[in-house]
Amino acid sequence: MSLLTVNQLKLQFGGLIAVNDLSFTVEKNSISSIIGPNGAGKTSVFNMITGFYRPTSGAIELDGISLVNRKPSQITTLGMARTFQNLRLFPNLTVLDNVKSGMHCRTKQTVWGALLRTKSQREEERLIEEVALECIDFVGIRKYTKRAAKNLPYGAQRYLEIARALATRPKLLLLDEPAAGLNYEEKQYLIQLIRRIRDEYNITVLMIEHDMGLIKQISEQITVIDYGCKIAEGSPEEVLNNEKVIEAYLGKEDVI
Amino acid sequence: MKKYKKPSLFLLVICMFILPFLLNSYWLDVLTLVLFYVVLTQGLNIVVGYTGLLDLGYAAFFAVGAYTTAILMTTFHWSFWLTLPVAFLFAAIAGVIIGTPTLRLRSDYLAIVTLGFGEIVKILATNLEITGSASGIYGIPRPAIGSYIMASQKDFYFLILIVAIISIIAVYRLGHSRIGRAWVYIREDEDAAEAMGINRIKLKLLSYATGAVIGSFAGSIFAVKMSAIAPLSFSFLQSVMILLAVVLGGLGSIPGVVIGAALVIILPELLRGVEDWRYLIFGVSLVIMMIFRPQGIWPTKNNTEDVDDIETEDPNQSISISK
Repeated sequence: MSLLTVNQLKLQFGGLIAVNDLSFTVEKNSISSIIGPNGAGKTSVFNMITGFYRPTSGAIELDGISLVNRKPSQITTLGMARTFQNLRLFPNLTVLDNVKSGMHCRTKQTVWGALLRTKSQREEERLIEEVALECIDFVGIRKYTKRAAKNLPYGAQRYLEIARALATRPKLLLLDEPAAGLNYEEKQYLIQLIRRIRDEYNITVLMIEHDMGLIKQISEQITVIDYGCKIAEGSPEEVLNNEKVIEAYLGKEDVI
Repeated sequence: MKKYKKPSLFLLVICMFILPFLLNSYWLDVLTLVLFYVVLTQGLNIVVGYTGLLDLGYAAFFAVGAYTTAILMTTFHWSFWLTLPVAFLFAAIAGVIIGTPTLRLRSDYLAIVTLGFGEIVKILATNLEITGSASGIYGIPRPAIGSYIMASQKDFYFLILIVAIISIIAVYRLGHSRIGRAWVYIREDEDAAEAMGINRIKLKLLSYATGAVIGSFAGSIFAVKMSAIAPLSFSFLQSVMILLAVVLGGLGSIPGVVIGAALVIILPELLRGVEDWRYLIFGVSLVIMMIFRPQGIWPTKNNTEDVDDIETEDPNQSISISK
């Protein structure tokens, strides 16, 4: 069964068509990827799915609920979390406070609760901390819990962003180039982490990635886009041997 | 250090309650003004410090509180205590009104709109009949508790002291709740906050409204203390002085802005001896302060550990040291 359905999605900035007639689905409990050369429109697709861009036309559905014309915060509340291509942490806050942000949409204390320190407010605060610590443990950055996010090593910042997204308790996790800037060991760790997210939390993962090695190892379903259009889809073997894909990445062989 | 925090705070509060019996009426008046500024800076701290929205028209909310109380007490003969909830309501509405057009604006543009709003409120107060035009409203009755009528300097000192304590506790508690954290997330990175499921429009408006309510609280008490109010008390300069206290003390830091409020009021008083040079020295000291301590006198720590602390705690490292 598909969790995310994207149908005939189009995004136009003035005369430039960034994404054109794109359709794909993401199966529940799968690890899927969107790949494509630089500027192909991958991040634009992510931004439309998460509500940061409004599509010119087309439909996006999460678990049967339409996401078009919703605010990013509403979409997160419906069960979708994302990370950003260029880290978007809360730099001056601790790792713990960063991850606590994810629980905002799962809790509901108001100003009154906070002012009066009601019992339910204190219980909710305890729950927020508990979930945040669990997510921090899960990605393996427990020793940095009280450090400011900006003072973390780069790899740990990437894992922190994933922990923060997990704290929103999503059904679908969108990772925008999670391996960018990571070294070999960190990439291996990331692969394990993504698998554990799917296996232990039953969260469906959709990612954009450039690292073909990484994609071949964990992706079950790949959608390839170029110039905003889908040019291929299927399993890693199918896609990576596809002529159109090779052409998009390496260019066409000139016949002299 | 943390162990002594509660007892020392308790001691400070007791001192504040004893102080009026030791001071002459001049310094008691100065201290009362400091406490007004403590309330105002705490309110502005929510908007500027927590949420990171620059507000150059904050005195407008001070005015909304003062005028609401003054009008209800003089024209409609309400009891002072009953005017408070109405003042809060009007201030919250004013907060939402100023908040709505600024939602899409950032930094400098935001500052200009809030500045304009502050001026609009002042000009309205100067020209409307109900607010007594330029001469303002006078003869505001004294508030009463039962049959006791609050009239002395000390009465108002204690009243504003209690309100200052309430507002400090309120701002502290809000800061340590999901609402307060959401404000800080918006300050740190608006888009990331939105992506984490935080409705930035709702929370920004809530921030304006909450800050406005605290500002109006100070305004209501100001009206009954002075027993006369005029538009001049709510000028742009007033907004700037409140903002100055917040920035000087340390954005988002509760003890910081309390110190900032005290400095902004007491320093010019201490400099009275040098007469004409007073504001020059005050200005120069502010410039020096901002150059050498741009983060404020008592900045927030956000509970972060210093990086060095962690390195020494790292088990691998301590093993290599013991070898």
